[in-house]
Amino acid sequence: MAEIILENVVKRYGDLIAVNNFNLDINDKEFLVLLGPSGCGKTTTLRCISGLEIADEGKIFIDGKDVTKIRASQRDIAFVFQLYALYPILTAYDNIAFPLKAQKYNKERIKEEVNKVAKLLQIKHILNKRPKELSGGDMQRVALGRAMVRRPKAFLLDEPIGTLDAKFREEMRIELKRLHIDISATTVYVTHDQVEAMSMGDRIAVLNLGILQQVGTPHEVYTKPNNIFVANFIGSPGMNFINCEPKRRDDEFMLKLLRDEIYISIPEEIQKIVEKKVNGDNKLVLGVRPEDVTFSMKKEENALTVKVYVIEETGSYNIIDVNLGSEMIKVRTLPTIKPIIGETAYVSFDMKRISIFDGETERSIL
Amino acid sequence: MANVKLVSLTKTFGSITAVDNMNLEIRDKEFFILLGPTGAGKTTTLRLIAGLEKQDEGEVHIDNVLVDDYSPALRDVAFVFQYYTLYPHYTVRQNLEFPLKSRLRNYSKSEIFRRVDEVSKVLHIDRLLERATVNLSGGEMQRVALGRAMVRTPKVFLMDEPLSNLDAKLREEMRSELSRLHFDLGATFFYVTHDQVEAMTMGDRVAVLNEGKILQIGTPNEIYNSPKNIFVAKFVGSPAINLFNVFLEKENLIFGDKDMVCTLLEKQMNVLKDYEKKQLILGIRPEDITITREKHKLNSYNCKVYFNQSMGAEDIVNLKIDNTMFRAVAPPRLNIKVGEKVYANFNIDRAHIFNPGTEECVA
Repeated sequence: MAEIILENVVKRYGDLIAVNNFNLDINDKEFLVLLGPSGCGKTTTLRCISGLEIADEGKIFIDGKDVTKIRASQRDIAFVFQLYALYPILTAYDNIAFPLKAQKYNKERIKEEVNKVAKLLQIKHILNKRPKELSGGDMQRVALGRAMVRRPKAFLLDEPIGTLDAKFREEMRIELKRLHIDISATTVYVTHDQVEAMSMGDRIAVLNLGILQQVGTPHEVYTKPNNIFVANFIGSPGMNFINCEPKRRDDEFMLKLLRDEIYISIPEEIQKIVEKKVNGDNKLVLGVRPEDVTFSMKKEENALTVKVYVIEETGSYNIIDVNLGSEMIKVRTLPTIKPIIGETAYVSFDMKRISIFDGETERSIL
Repeated sequence: MANVKLVSLTKTFGSITAVDNMNLEIRDKEFFILLGPTGAGKTTTLRLIAGLEKQDEGEVHIDNVLVDDYSPALRDVAFVFQYYTLYPHYTVRQNLEFPLKSRLRNYSKSEIFRRVDEVSKVLHIDRLLERATVNLSGGEMQRVALGRAMVRTPKVFLMDEPLSNLDAKLREEMRSELSRLHFDLGATFFYVTHDQVEAMTMGDRVAVLNEGKILQIGTPNEIYNSPKNIFVAKFVGSPAINLFNVFLEKENLIFGDKDMVCTLLEKQMNVLKDYEKKQLILGIRPEDITITREKHKLNSYNCKVYFNQSMGAEDIVNLKIDNTMFRAVAPPRLNIKVGEKVYANFNIDRAHIFNPGTEECVA
């Protein structure tokens, strides 16, 4: 098992900086997720860790050892790809046994190791089958088994479940997490799916355009996003963003919607921060998560008047899209709340849980 | 706009029955969703309605007319695919005009202009009309593809997973846009997807399909809260429903080999009389299990937090009793820790009980 350290790692492809001065300490036994949209540099980062790419600048340490210039095969880590990459003519057993045969283990030992891994992955009953006889999930399990059997220092997984059906992905998420707990090996997992990141990661590193945006536990990146990119990328339905500007009205610092004559009052301590950080004409972006908006058909104090745009039911909760002036806001409500499209309603925000971003730098000012 | 009626529709490919004796009535102006896993026969059904495939048996009616002998063009349906299928060297306007310029239709120039103008405004792509389609984002392309279907005001829109190639964020946005578009157009939508979230959030009614057979038809609410069988219960809802093998003894469900007992309500006992001393499957959704730190009177079980998936708005808590894993939804403010001992309280009123042989819901 191992700790992985990336120090000022840079990787370029021609003019393109795929990974830009990347610093990250991945703890021993940690499940770390590299999350970002396609082209953000997450796979390149993973390939640099694996040794399939050599970093142009910076250093990579695995288990305290500088491996920056060391070949992939000598880094003692296992890579699982998005596509299963199994040998089609070999049985599941032989696919898993392959890396051990290459290392000239004796037959008894191979059998023992393969069986151990197969038991963990619950694939003992399919060991005699060839890949074409297996379901997508079982193929992925065999690919994982082949990676696990060598007992590598760390696992690198590149969107291993990205191509599966929605329902099946959910099952595999639980299984991968369970597996990680049972074998407690350092795991670096690349995905563009925030649900995977949130549901599996001990910590999440959010990337965009080759630059690390934020590292934290799922709870941290969700509740305290550093910037608009992170706030927007994490959570489903996503955070609501309301363009506004600070305005003094009746001795109170309020947020006025940029395009409408609508004022939102904010708690005193936030007023102070806004006042300090803002010099007059700054644009701000108010961020509110859908579950932090309260929906009501009755007007209450500080409530904002809205119009119902559309209602989405999910079974366990509803999402109601409402128009606040020219802004659209998503509200998460109980499944029993079903207003009519076009109806007037009222919303209020849980001010303890809002985010406020600078409109220009897009960074959180709270 | 129109209704669609499928009568005993069957389609086989070699030894595979893709659509198996399907009977379905889609109402005028309905947003109807056909939901099922890969290979369920969803796309085949859609292609049969469009006339792109010919059924082996059964009938397709559109707007109360039997259309079995009609070519796809004469059926007056519009098909929106998973892939955008736009003409890349055309502008957005040219793409939208294309279906109107068909010789079959014979629209005047001013009529074509009017329709393109109207549709592009509804879809918020009026500012993009003169752009080449290669320069559009995925969401914009999907809107243009929708627009191309809309310009000729077809009787029925057939949509084959139109959102599945978009990234998660955009998919979410397009979901509410499609719902609203359906409301504004008042058109009949027949929409195929494997994603239960899309089905739940957009459908007026949903038909759950597996292996060519319809397992249940109902509103999202009915499908979610009264699933007819185990397949539907498992397929709809995320995180998925928990299922436990149990044994009925008087008013109690006894869990496998454990000394865990779940007491039923009277109304449940009454319908389960025939199952006394028999095996059953108890299904309970994660949000119907409440986690507390103190024991409740009824159906409250001490268990260990195996791991916790922090989803932001809620935590999905994975619990373990002996070797049985199950999941509950908890508010993040409970601050549940891995390894902690908590109580899982089953809200038995919301449980579904299945016959393990037929997999049908019996209570």
